[in-house]
Amino acid sequence: MTSLILRRLGIGLITVLAVSIIIFFGTKILPGDAAQIRLGQEATEANVAALRERLGLDQPVYMQYLSWLMNFASGDLGTSLSSDVPITNLISDRYQNTIIVSTLTALIGVPISLMLGIMAAMYPGSVYDRILTFISVSLVAAPEFFTATLLVLIFVFALGVGNAVVVGSADGKGFFELLAHFALPITTLSFVIASQLIRMSRAAVLNVMNSPYIEMAILKGVPRKRIIFRHALLNAIGPIVNVVALNLAYLVTGVIVVEIYFGYPGLATLIVQGVQTRDFVLIQGLGMIFCMTYVVLMLVADIAAFVSNPRLRHPK
Amino acid sequence: MNKPPKTEHFVAPFEEGISFEELQDAPPRAGYKPTMAGWVGIVVVTFWAFIAFAGPWLAPYGENELPFPDAYSEFQVPQEGARLGTDVEDRDILSRVMFGAGRTIGISLAATLLAYGMGVVLGIGAAVSSPKVDMVMSRINDAFLSLPTIMLGLVVVAAVGSSIPVLIVTAGFIYASVVFRLSRAIGMEIMVMDFVESAKARGEGRWWIITREIWPNARMPLITDFGLRLIYVILFISSLSFLGLGVQPPQADWGSMVRENLGALQYGASIIPVLAPAISIATLTVAINLVVDDVSAHGGGKLSGRM
Repeated sequence: MTSLILRRLGIGLITVLAVSIIIFFGTKILPGDAAQIRLGQEATEANVAALRERLGLDQPVYMQYLSWLMNFASGDLGTSLSSDVPITNLISDRYQNTIIVSTLTALIGVPISLMLGIMAAMYPGSVYDRILTFISVSLVAAPEFFTATLLVLIFVFALGVGNAVVVGSADGKGFFELLAHFALPITTLSFVIASQLIRMSRAAVLNVMNSPYIEMAILKGVPRKRIIFRHALLNAIGPIVNVVALNLAYLVTGVIVVEIYFGYPGLATLIVQGVQTRDFVLIQGLGMIFCMTYVVLMLVADIAAFVSNPRLRHPK
Repeated sequence: MNKPPKTEHFVAPFEEGISFEELQDAPPRAGYKPTMAGWVGIVVVTFWAFIAFAGPWLAPYGENELPFPDAYSEFQVPQEGARLGTDVEDRDILSRVMFGAGRTIGISLAATLLAYGMGVVLGIGAAVSSPKVDMVMSRINDAFLSLPTIMLGLVVVAAVGSSIPVLIVTAGFIYASVVFRLSRAIGMEIMVMDFVESAKARGEGRWWIITREIWPNARMPLITDFGLRLIYVILFISSLSFLGLGVQPPQADWGSMVRENLGALQYGASIIPVLAPAISIATLTVAINLVVDDVSAHGGGKLSGRM
């Protein structure tokens, strides 16, 4: 099994390299270069040439790529083109909100949706199951900003609680204060991942429930709860962990829309700004961070599937 | 070339009294009768398709026309002359939703068709190619698949700027990788079937196998997946527009309409200008999803297992 995991890690590493190539060369086809943009239109030829040399832009492209990659690996993301500040400084001001919202969503949204999904699997075909399935089928196809708008409509407009934007800093707030502070973004993201999680965890448990050994347990007269939690759930954990990791990876996308919708500063708003100001050093750095988070979570999903399912460990 | 002579198309005799559908591995029936949920989906999708085509002629005002040129304030409440009120620049929301329908749906449909054109040809191609070619194609594809779609979109838009052709090609390429994976998986599954083996043994050419053996069997799941992919493309395009990186103002598009009117919410503006385009997208995508769910349940519901 160790060799399988190592091989999967190797593939993950290759993927990260491929991703870095796509991001680096994708932003390289931009017209103009970093030195010209940073010095502005009035800069003299000599100044631009000097900065080009200092930034290594006179090197061949593959050397630029290698040194960029080395710098990235050692934590140096370069200097922003639009504000002349090191990217790491920009990020350290901003990363808190993004991390807090994703973590809280994972902590609250995931367990609740799993519980709902497993409960639906306990009583398949019941009214509860059908209502839940209908809601999750509907919500899975709705965009994040629709869910966000509905929540704003219900809470801000109808009930008069909360605010349509998240204002103020998260500094120095306790757990529950943070929850209240980011209530709407967290709820929106939880809804978005919940629809998937409920469907998949229900399917995973039901899938196991169809196997002969469960039938055996039913015939033995084991109580339903015990069958679910002691017999079925343990075998469904692999697929469930897989789905959880995939959905957490999806948060990377969801968090971008939610940050813009509720108008609070975070990494996602930073990257959108980068695109608007064509600050490609910023896009490269942040793009790598987002993509690496995504790749790592996908990796976790794969390895979870291996670890939990002996049949995958010994392919025929 | 020493190929064995081609034989007549072989038709297996059915046993008496067993209908085709009762055979153990019968493919899904071609006829499809929608259930209640399916009908709701079909009606809503047809409605939006109609608006997408006829919207510009049906709309009471032009895309950027002001219903109340003399009024001083934007965000008029719904009233005679502007059934859904006006937006941040005092334009008629109903008209903009109708203009936006054509643009959002048109761009998404074009991108999905492009994704399917590329994905299916390359995917089925990889499935029937030699293992080496297949492996190279799949590895390159995996690199694209391992990126969050919105991030790829952002990089492209940053590099070449946003315009409608760029959006179509970008979304088309991004989703082609998913279609590639799906059609390759389906193609592989069919390639190892006995009837393909026997076609090969008969000496049929590769083209014959693709068109006569693989395509008829791959068609149904691919068509169902088309609907699913269309949903994701609509969401992708609207999200980009919502971030201000998709369809550019003053052109109306559902995602950018949400963005334009969002800022005023915190100052107590009406929520209708945000709600109207958001509901439009949600009803359209949810309706497509209902139809897809209904069709794939009819066809054995194995689609989700393949993803």
